[in-house]
Amino acid sequence: MTSTKQNGEVRIGYFVCHCGHNIGATIDVLKVADVIKNLPGVVISREYKYMCSDPGQEMIQEDIKEHNLNRIVVAACSPLLHENTFRRATEKAGINQYYFHMVNIRENASWVHVDKAEATRKAIDLSRAAIQRVFFHQALEKKQVSINPNVLVVGGGISGIHAALTLAKAGKKVYLVERDPTIGGLMAKFDKTFPTLDCAACILTPKMTEVKNHPNIELMTYSEVEKVSGFVGQYKATIKRKPRYIKEDVCVGCLDCIDACIYKDGKYYDEFNVGLSKRKPVYIPFPQATPQLVVFDPEACVRLKRGKCKETCVEKCDRDAIDFDQKEKFEEIEIGSVIVATGFQIFDAKKIPYYGYGKYQNVYNALEIERLVNSSGPTGGQVVMRNGEVPKKIGIIHCVGSRDEKTNIWCSRVCCTYSVKLAHLLKELSGADVYNFYIDMRTPGKGQEEFYNQVMREGVHFIRGRVAEVTDWAAEKEEQGKLIIRVEDTLIGVVRRIPVDMVVLGVGVEPHSDADKIRRLFNISCSTEGFYLEKHPKLAPFDTASDGVYIAGGCQGPKDITDAVAQAGAAAAEALALIDKGFIEMEPNTAFISEDNCSGCKSCIPLCPYTAISFDEEVFKAKINEVLCKGCGTCVAACPSAAIDQNLFTNDQIYNEIDGLLKYEIV
Amino acid sequence: MKYIYYPGCSLKSTGRPYEESLLAVFKELQIPMEELHDWNCCGATSYMSVDELKAFGLAARNLALAESQNGINGNGDPDVHIVAPCSACYLVLIKTERYLKEYKNERKAVIKGLKTIGLDYNGKAVIRHPVDVLFNDIGLESIAKHIKKPLKGIKVASYYGCQMIRPFELFDPVHYPVTLDLLVDKLGATPLDWPLKTRCCGGSLTGTLHEAGMRLNYRLLSEAKKRGADMIITTCPLCQFNLECYQDRISSYTGKKIEMPILYFTQLVGLALGIPEKKLGIHRSFIRFPNFQALEMEV
Amino acid sequence: MTFSFLRTRKWKYQKPSRIEQDKTVRRRIKYESELDIGFREKIAKMAWGERLDSCMQCGTCSATCPVSHYMDYTPRRIIDMVRQGFKEEVLNSFTLWVCASCYSCTVECPRGIKITDVMYALKREAIKQGFHPKRFLIPMLASKFYKQVLRHGRQNEGRLILSLYLSANPLLLLRNSKLAFRLWRRGRMKLFEKGIRNKASIRKLLSSIERREEEPVQ
Ligand code: SF4
Ligand code: SF4
Repeated sequence: MTSTKQNGEVRIGYFVCHCGHNIGATIDVLKVADVIKNLPGVVISREYKYMCSDPGQEMIQEDIKEHNLNRIVVAACSPLLHENTFRRATEKAGINQYYFHMVNIRENASWVHVDKAEATRKAIDLSRAAIQRVFFHQALEKKQVSINPNVLVVGGGISGIHAALTLAKAGKKVYLVERDPTIGGLMAKFDKTFPTLDCAACILTPKMTEVKNHPNIELMTYSEVEKVSGFVGQYKATIKRKPRYIKEDVCVGCLDCIDACIYKDGKYYDEFNVGLSKRKPVYIPFPQATPQLVVFDPEACVRLKRGKCKETCVEKCDRDAIDFDQKEKFEEIEIGSVIVATGFQIFDAKKIPYYGYGKYQNVYNALEIERLVNSSGPTGGQVVMRNGEVPKKIGIIHCVGSRDEKTNIWCSRVCCTYSVKLAHLLKELSGADVYNFYIDMRTPGKGQEEFYNQVMREGVHFIRGRVAEVTDWAAEKEEQGKLIIRVEDTLIGVVRRIPVDMVVLGVGVEPHSDADKIRRLFNISCSTEGFYLEKHPKLAPFDTASDGVYIAGGCQGPKDITDAVAQAGAAAAEALALIDKGFIEMEPNTAFISEDNCSGCKSCIPLCPYTAISFDEEVFKAKINEVLCKGCGTCVAACPSAAIDQNLFTNDQIYNEIDGLLKYEIV
Repeated sequence: MKYIYYPGCSLKSTGRPYEESLLAVFKELQIPMEELHDWNCCGATSYMSVDELKAFGLAARNLALAESQNGINGNGDPDVHIVAPCSACYLVLIKTERYLKEYKNERKAVIKGLKTIGLDYNGKAVIRHPVDVLFNDIGLESIAKHIKKPLKGIKVASYYGCQMIRPFELFDPVHYPVTLDLLVDKLGATPLDWPLKTRCCGGSLTGTLHEAGMRLNYRLLSEAKKRGADMIITTCPLCQFNLECYQDRISSYTGKKIEMPILYFTQLVGLALGIPEKKLGIHRSFIRFPNFQALEMEV
Repeated sequence: MTFSFLRTRKWKYQKPSRIEQDKTVRRRIKYESELDIGFREKIAKMAWGERLDSCMQCGTCSATCPVSHYMDYTPRRIIDMVRQGFKEEVLNSFTLWVCASCYSCTVECPRGIKITDVMYALKREAIKQGFHPKRFLIPMLASKFYKQVLRHGRQNEGRLILSLYLSANPLLLLRNSKLAFRLWRRGRMKLFEKGIRNKASIRKLLSSIERREEEPVQ
């Protein structure tokens, strides 16, 4: 590595950008250029309206050639936006791109200050720091890392299924990990989908079967990602396989064991029917479950709980597929990229006590209604309430756990249209009078407003007002024995009490309660509400700040099936682009050890999260593997002998930058 | 620690039974408490409607007095716990304490005013409701130890009212408070689960917007009755007054006879502790609970 | 909504089944020039910098309010009218005075607006600007209360109601005389109360606390 000082004379070109009014309105750009011009080493100092434009870039290139510049500093916007633009321009003019440095005077100065004089001073300080820094820049080359073409898809809901199928069809090997015993996710529980009223199962199950049968997909259900290590192109993941107590390769899904179980009737909470029915300790989530394998619930099965049972199921199974000695297994897989599609959960309506969920038996949440109206649901599609009656009047409350500072402040995006859909289905199936209570009706998206209009014409009542309370105290005779909804009809301006038989809560969606745990495995950041954060809200909604990790579907934010599928496709395409390129270029920000200073104390070795440091016992010095080093800087800070330095962030560079920043003059 | 008792105006007149029973119960449970010297009216809702800052001043005078009245606890910290049984006073004092803590300008103005009458306020006083004291400081278990006459067989609707639990969530959940019900249960009686336990009784509206006030109270009374309550217990003199004293009028308006005893929760506790009725001010009620005698017989 | 409760024969206050309707034809339009633009700001400041702007007009406050059915404008409408500068309508409205300060709305509002504090601010503003309806008991009670406490340091319920009804409508006294008697017999009413010892201190304290409402809340 050559030191800059040996490169002879340093000739700096400084370019400051107005960015139209973005910078120009708050920072006196002319003055900045003027002050910088007089600093040592600066050969030329210019300002320009838009540095990133073609003429701006050409200006830099011409100046490099004409003035024989060998360092370039551009003061403009965030390096995230245009660092690459200027690096390319620098390289085109024939000097190494790492002789270029960028100063952010937009996000860091003009956009965050109002005082023009102060902002200008800050811009000068930041620029001076950069000028002093580039003296010590070096010519560096980007690293190349090859990409493992296998992909891990986390989550087997509709997003995960779609992403996995897309990748598999392109010939890539996919590991699809799902924590439940079956894939299908929330969508499998839905009855019809809005706004077209397609049967959810009819459009989903063919895709589930395709996943199961695709030779490129390795389906790992009832499994969880336990640990992830490595970096883009070279990830390693440990998958925990929970025991089903069934030999997966032997069981054919005949379900004889379920019939044979000592429990004659179901007794335990049925996850698939959200508690509207009961299941046995051995069960299959639903008839089309994929894979077609039964599961033993260790909390419920007598044999697993107490170690003793008549084991009628084992007797019955003529293939000998039941194995009560199964244990948790861990499998390690190697992949190059990851798509996280873990979805969302519905809001727990018990958190809003005044809606009576869990207190009054005829108050339901929307997911329960999806099962209730489903022809293969617990009542065979009959709208019968928990008390055995058919409702004559139904109230559907929107925005439960949405748009509320006390619970979740965001709009859940799907509830308005699904509530309209449930109104339609409930009315159709039970003939009841249906009232929808909404704050604002939000039916964006293709065909949704038309659907809303259609349901209005079917005679469903729409009342604008947020329900204050669902209660059972009657103010008059007609209200006796009913659930009374108290609401202001805001369009009329009067408070109403509407007695109904059944209340449906249009619950919103929120991040899974353990979203944080999964997020940390993959180093994904999240927004304040806990949804996974995309790299750019407009232009990269499927990408994350971790290279090679993409997100799709409900884990990124509330969305409907249409959008989830679109995002999953985009994430898969993005992964394909990465894989098919075959390698990626990485910043040469690796750490290096100056052997003269290394005392061989080995403090750095256990600290490296990427195990990039080894120890050469012969010379008694530590050594850093450049390919493995991710440039996190941990060892640099930890070395007691200050023997480690890091490219792009050498001590010389940083100290001089600080020094420049502190040369604070009254200007 | 000694509690400082801030009665407020109502407990000296319409709410006399509340004061009598509160003092008797505290004495029985050996909770030391002394009355705040020369306390003044808290200002209630009316003062806030006329001049908020003065309302704070008025309330703060009591807080300042309490601070000067109580000494220093073992750790050298000021230890001032004001017990305000009237829910309206309770809320006004708490609101004053909170807002003066939050808003500098107002705090300065109030403290300046207090200085002119030789008082100082440093925000140390803690305002407590007797329900809070009994529930959290004394504890249901140790109350249970004092019970002489368990109140078997009566169904009690606890009425929390507004100001004790709203808007600040202090010791009970705002939407579904439970402390009184747990207390009732401990006393041996059956708590009634009813949805109107926090619905407003109208406060001073019974005197000013008569129809509205009557109707609010009618709702509360009839709902409690419908659900089989033998009595309603309250935590506030105004709630008690509203619920009790207009029953004959409500009956004559509606043509339905309503006779629902309205007790202070302290009276109920007192009965269970075996304190004589007279000492609890039960004889001052308009509507007598027919079984009190029977209760005493039982043990 | 029907008032079955009122249909019973003896309720004397209001014929419930009759829907009150203003039968006169009236021109209703609001010109921008009639609005008070600064009203929103002023009330927001008086109500401790409350963020009225974020109200989404959901009506939870009105629906949860135990007395909104006596209001001429529901709390939700008051909030919007304040924002839009409908000063006269708001300050003239019964709503402010019907509000029982029960805080139901404040704890329910999904946008965290302290509506009760807004109502208090409006009451103060209405009193200051002389807007409140004449001979309307509620604001009268507030000011009688105010004066009594200023004078005695404490309030006496009996005397307060006595003086209120005397100046508003002596008939009310008659109606409540039985109640008063019953209270007195049970020792629950006194017409004379000592007040606090140091009465002058209250006056001194209150006169030294003056805040001009326009002053910004910090
Ligand atoms: S509850 Fe809050 S947001 Fe809703 S209308 Fe009332 S003030 Fe506005
Ligand atoms: S505080 Fe006033 S406006 Fe709010 S709910 Fe209570 S009475 Fe209604």
